[in-house]
Amino acid sequence: MRIRCPHCGERALDEFTYLGDASITRPDPASPDAASEFYTYAYERRNIAGPTQELWYHQAGCHSWLVVTRDTRTHEISDVKLAEDVASKRIKTTAGAA
Amino acid sequence: MPSDHYSIFSVLLEALRGQSGWRPAWRKASPKPAYDVVLVGGGGHGLATAYYLAKRYGLKNVAVIEKGWVGSGNIGRNTTIVRSNYLLPGNVPFYETSMKLWEGLEQDINYNAMVSQRGVLNLYHSDGQRDAYARRGNAMRMHGVDAELLDAESVRSMYPWLNHDDARFPIKGGLLQKRGGTVRHDAVAWGYARAADRLGVDIIENTEVTGFRIADGRISGVETTRGFIAAKKVGLACAGNSSRVTAMAGLNLPIESHVLQAFVTEGIKPFIDGVVTFGAGHFYISQSDKGGLVFGGDLDGYNSYAQRGNLPVVEDVVEGGMALMPRIGRVRLLRSWGGIMDMSMDGSPIIDQTPINGLYLNAGWCYGGFKATPASGLCFAHLIAKNEPHEVARGYRLDRFRTGHMIDEKGMGNQPNLH
Amino acid sequence: MSGDQSFRLSKHGLVDRSRPFRFSFDGVEHDGYAGDTLASALLANGIHLVGRSFKYHRPRGILTSGSEDPNALVELRTGARREPNTKATTIELYDGLEAKSQNRFPSLRLDLMAVNGFLSPVFSAGFYYKTFMWPAAFWEKLYEPMIRRAAGLGSAAMEGDPDTYDKANAFCDVLVVGSGAAGLMAALAAARSGARVVLADESFTLGGRLLAENRSIDGKSSAEWAKTAVAELSALPNVRLLSRTTVFGAYDGGTFGAVERVSDHMIQPAAGQPRQRLWRIVAKQVVVAQGATERPIVFGNNDRPGVMLASAARTYINRYGVAPGRTAVVFTSNDDGASTINDLASAGITVAALVDTRSALPEAIEARAEALGARIFEGGVVSDALGRSRVTGARIIDASGAVHTISCDLIVVSGGFSPNMQMTTHLGGRSQWRDDIAGFVPGTLPKNMSAAGAANGSFSLASCLADGARAGSSAASGAGFDAKPIAVPSSDDEPSSVAAFWHVDRAKHKAFVDFQNDVTAADVALAEREGYRSVEHLKRYTTLGMATDQGRTSGVNGLAILAKLTGKSIPETGITTARPPYTPVSLGALAGEHRGKHFKPFRLTPSHNWAKAQGAVFVEAGLWLRSLYFPKPFENDPLTSIIREVNGVRNGVGFCDVSTLGKVEVHGTDAGKFLDRVYINMMSTLPVGKARYGAMLREDGIMMDDGTAARFAEDRYFVTTTTVNAIKVVQHLELCKQWHWPDLDVQIVPSTDQWAQYSVAGPRARELISRIVDKPFDVSNEAFPYMAVAELTALGGLKARLYRLSFSGELAYEIAVPARHGELLARTLMEKGADLGVTPYGTEALGVMRIEKGHVGGPEINGTTTAGDVGLGKMASKKKDFIGRTLSERSGLADPNRPRIVGFRPVDRAARLRAGAHFVNRDAEPTAANDQGYLTSVAYSPSNGHWVGLGFLANAESRMGEIVRAYDPVRGGDTLVEVVSPVFVDSEGARLRV
Repeated sequence: MRIRCPHCGERALDEFTYLGDASITRPDPASPDAASEFYTYAYERRNIAGPTQELWYHQAGCHSWLVVTRDTRTHEISDVKLAEDVASKRIKTTAGAA
Repeated sequence: MPSDHYSIFSVLLEALRGQSGWRPAWRKASPKPAYDVVLVGGGGHGLATAYYLAKRYGLKNVAVIEKGWVGSGNIGRNTTIVRSNYLLPGNVPFYETSMKLWEGLEQDINYNAMVSQRGVLNLYHSDGQRDAYARRGNAMRMHGVDAELLDAESVRSMYPWLNHDDARFPIKGGLLQKRGGTVRHDAVAWGYARAADRLGVDIIENTEVTGFRIADGRISGVETTRGFIAAKKVGLACAGNSSRVTAMAGLNLPIESHVLQAFVTEGIKPFIDGVVTFGAGHFYISQSDKGGLVFGGDLDGYNSYAQRGNLPVVEDVVEGGMALMPRIGRVRLLRSWGGIMDMSMDGSPIIDQTPINGLYLNAGWCYGGFKATPASGLCFAHLIAKNEPHEVARGYRLDRFRTGHMIDEKGMGNQPNLH
Repeated sequence: MSGDQSFRLSKHGLVDRSRPFRFSFDGVEHDGYAGDTLASALLANGIHLVGRSFKYHRPRGILTSGSEDPNALVELRTGARREPNTKATTIELYDGLEAKSQNRFPSLRLDLMAVNGFLSPVFSAGFYYKTFMWPAAFWEKLYEPMIRRAAGLGSAAMEGDPDTYDKANAFCDVLVVGSGAAGLMAALAAARSGARVVLADESFTLGGRLLAENRSIDGKSSAEWAKTAVAELSALPNVRLLSRTTVFGAYDGGTFGAVERVSDHMIQPAAGQPRQRLWRIVAKQVVVAQGATERPIVFGNNDRPGVMLASAARTYINRYGVAPGRTAVVFTSNDDGASTINDLASAGITVAALVDTRSALPEAIEARAEALGARIFEGGVVSDALGRSRVTGARIIDASGAVHTISCDLIVVSGGFSPNMQMTTHLGGRSQWRDDIAGFVPGTLPKNMSAAGAANGSFSLASCLADGARAGSSAASGAGFDAKPIAVPSSDDEPSSVAAFWHVDRAKHKAFVDFQNDVTAADVALAEREGYRSVEHLKRYTTLGMATDQGRTSGVNGLAILAKLTGKSIPETGITTARPPYTPVSLGALAGEHRGKHFKPFRLTPSHNWAKAQGAVFVEAGLWLRSLYFPKPFENDPLTSIIREVNGVRNGVGFCDVSTLGKVEVHGTDAGKFLDRVYINMMSTLPVGKARYGAMLREDGIMMDDGTAARFAEDRYFVTTTTVNAIKVVQHLELCKQWHWPDLDVQIVPSTDQWAQYSVAGPRARELISRIVDKPFDVSNEAFPYMAVAELTALGGLKARLYRLSFSGELAYEIAVPARHGELLARTLMEKGADLGVTPYGTEALGVMRIEKGHVGGPEINGTTTAGDVGLGKMASKKKDFIGRTLSERSGLADPNRPRIVGFRPVDRAARLRAGAHFVNRDAEPTAANDQGYLTSVAYSPSNGHWVGLGFLANAESRMGEIVRAYDPVRGGDTLVEVVSPVFVDSEGARLRV
């Protein structure tokens, strides 16, 4: 597997470290249901057979966290974004909605 | 008269008549409209569960539904190691129960699965690792399990050809479980299938479960590629596909599916007697009765349903092998394969009821499912038959992550690719 | 008969007769030529018997001429370079080669284990699953040792592999695998477009079957044409030719694994050269042109030496100039095989009979056979080979059922070809069955991969050339090049009809499907009878296809026999999945240089060379090598040195290299806010110029790490981590910053390797430090109290940082200078501290003092313990959120009955403690039910004069003063210990504040 880091270009798999599902984000600790939400966040990550969004870290490169869209059946990677960009957009959207 | 019981006498008799009297090891059953219990997954755990349901709990109206061929999952894709050298009280009695069942398995099921207790040796390379193994060995002994802590000299006399003198991480000793060893993996599936079949269990191959019939929180059967099959109780033993299957019942699991590669070399004259694990790299090895070196290492580290891995882990594992055993450099890798591991969030399994009445779950075996096969079958059968956990599997609750009662041998937390 | 190359042909072959080589097989010397394989050289000397089979120890010969050979396995070389199971058909001959037959006792010709053959009625497929069960204890004692004695073929070397291995990366637009007609054309087409091409072939000469056939292309011999094509390619700067290189696996992202046998054709590698090289080839496009494997026909005694595949017979004649026999019977189901009579005749081999399973031969072949005086059996079969260690004849059943016996020393067999499409399925591609060629061909291919030539089911020379040209152009186009179609050279055409034929069921003797594993047609039938009808069951139950040839000669035949028994078609019966490697790969090549001391890199501390000169004993700490202790002359016992070092610190001053601690700069206007969210305690309230001890949790509420945060400015913190978690913590902080809170203004800069950092500790530490830092910096307790930090200069103008931190419990500092000055700092500390009796100390003394002081470390923060468990529960702020807070409140983790950290000392003060011992109550049985916790860290405490320990104990707080057992059966220990405070020195903490 090779991942195209937005900063460093296409690099071999062994430069990267895997974290997992990027679809669930850290819940609001002030939420009345925080205990349950944190449980889901930490333990019930999506485990689907098909295209998934997941967090990878460019350990042997620029130390960027990446949101990689990858098919777990074929290992084919269709998209790579900087996690910081995805997260910034998410926060703006949330703020806008609120 | 066909030969049904396996013995030296039936083998000699069949030798005289050209092997013509053997019956199929198990019937190619077609589904009946309804069963008391339907087990989803015809791997080691599903078949063992069926066998113990019939043999110990008197439930014989049982079907095992397998989407491919019997034993097509991880029971046939592992490194065949059995051991009960666990640390935590939630695990030791369970794996020791499994070990005891292995020890009597062949006579019980009348099938030689070549349970071979040639010893499992975990090497340590630092004082800290030694003390951690001492803690583990002591825990085992307090549970009545055999364990010996060896020093460097004892390891050297057992395996003089390990890299004792030029190692990056010198071998300082090892934790030995003499009763550990290996079992011929396919034979476990076939043996349980045959034994369950003889007790009346229907083993239905090439039939895929496509859905569950659930009403008012209670399950009444499974939809399959060969139609609906009614069942009072349904047990899931689908290993790496657990999340896919439970998704059809609307359940998310604290499980990720990861690929684990394993390897075998060309057959060479046996020189590795038992199982050896490297404490400073990701490598464990044994030698099969055919002479192949069977070895493995870490997970590839990313979620996968592809049953194959990548080159960096191949290199990483073999590097560990060469660091430990410099004499294997000119031995050749013959085959590699990848299994889908149902990695739980603490590295320990789940054997529990689900929130759906009548639906039972057996999953989260990580890379430790093979050695657990007999106990997993027994405990799952117990749970299904009695609606309460078997005493050695009480900790394997589905809600333990919610309540903070993890059973985390490696201390890696909710990061399945590190267990 | 041997030694004279009496089977060498004078006019054939590409071997270099000007370079004769001498080699030995089973201790007997023979001659061959450069360009031979061991197999061709043995055949040149009339030697066919080269090995014994796995189970029945049947005599075996040379079936093929390539990497698919199931029989001709030898032990190559001797001593530490011994290579078991090496295929004679792939060993490039070199002068001085030594090979030995294997799996026989006492000799190849007289193998006593052949008695197994007489027991074969018992040793049917899977017989061991049915027996050896009584009594149970006999398995390990009797049955298995017996089986294991018989297991395996060759033996591994006894010593470490003396050769080296290399790894290399290559990047290209088009990778072409295989250099036959299709491969060469594909490479030419791609290369001429300007694409970067890598062409790899497993043989030592590029050309594939073009070297082995007597054919013509563009008016030249096919071998000549290949030479011209290779010459063009090697002249192109955008082409890399890799001969002796097997591409063994396709991996994700266009990555391919390949192994180059750099030195295997030499007696040993040249100086500085590796034996083999692992290539990781990254290709935008790949063309699989690995040819096809000819199938044997399953008939009686079809494994006898002298039974040879037709393509192999042609190879030995045309490429190696060797006659594989004197008188041949040809047994085929197809034109390609039948045409072999031409090659045999050209080599002067008598064609005694042509037996074809088809009812009618093509006219041209029939006429040719007649002209050669061969007996022709259309619609006939060879039912059995005659002879034992060498073929002496063939038993033929003609179309009418009449039996004929014909003398011969060679039976040439062809059951058609199976395309070598393994690589097209490594990534999950599907194969499909083609009736017209009776074989599986690539079906659904992975992205950016194509197959060409025989690997694609195109068997004629003309179609291989054209298919290769097409595949090469389209691969180059796929890689973004403007590839024009290239001219396809003209070639003579040949008939290539095939009839599906697998198995002569009227054989009198054992008929082998998998030669190496001794799987017969009867074994397949037995597996079917017992219900092992899935192809995977067949494979696993009988071991068919699991031998070192990867099933290349046996797979489809086994499938076909099973299909006939079950009444299904072959494609309905299925095919087993091919997995890497394509052919076996030595473990040495996969490991490369990562072995011995080079298994993992060393990380050396800034004081390493200095410490080495001081005679320090080092210890591996992860990748680091750290000084464990500094023995003085005549200190023979480590404990003596360690005690001296501890006393040196506690009574004077010592210093220790702590540069391995993780170091991270955390900058930005939100740095304080950020650290509040990652530490359990408050960091935003830390005054500038101060440090604070802190703990981090994982999100699941378990302790992740501890360390200190120092604040050098409002927006500038400096954070330390433990050595072991340095990388993990940075990764975690980056996740928090980039993914959780991208809106915070904070930057994270790891700086572990930038600073050399030393702990300087002991009552006289201030004196020593005052001589290190530049004036006028004031290190007095008033100006620079406990937990103060400062940026300053030291050693005469060097940038430095000073921290008043203590983990020993003494007055202590940590001083940091840029890493490159670390050695200077160590030397200066020694010099300036000489009159103070300064003691350099290692990690042992460091550990002793941390245990004496009750600080938790790695054995306590072990991934399963909470802040409360390790005594830091009170540190957690209740006023804020932090990583791990919510989940740490789960009942299982917040349970007050969890074992907590506490101190222990032996009741008998002379007794030794050992970490890993479990606690049980004084009068309780040492069983799991009575387990109360365990001892985590122990040390002999010079300050107390006895051993002390830390450990986790259930209900610890209420048990001070209680006596419990520290039970350690794996080391024979059972010691009574007293539960005490974990702080064993200066419990008020007065000394560190002076």
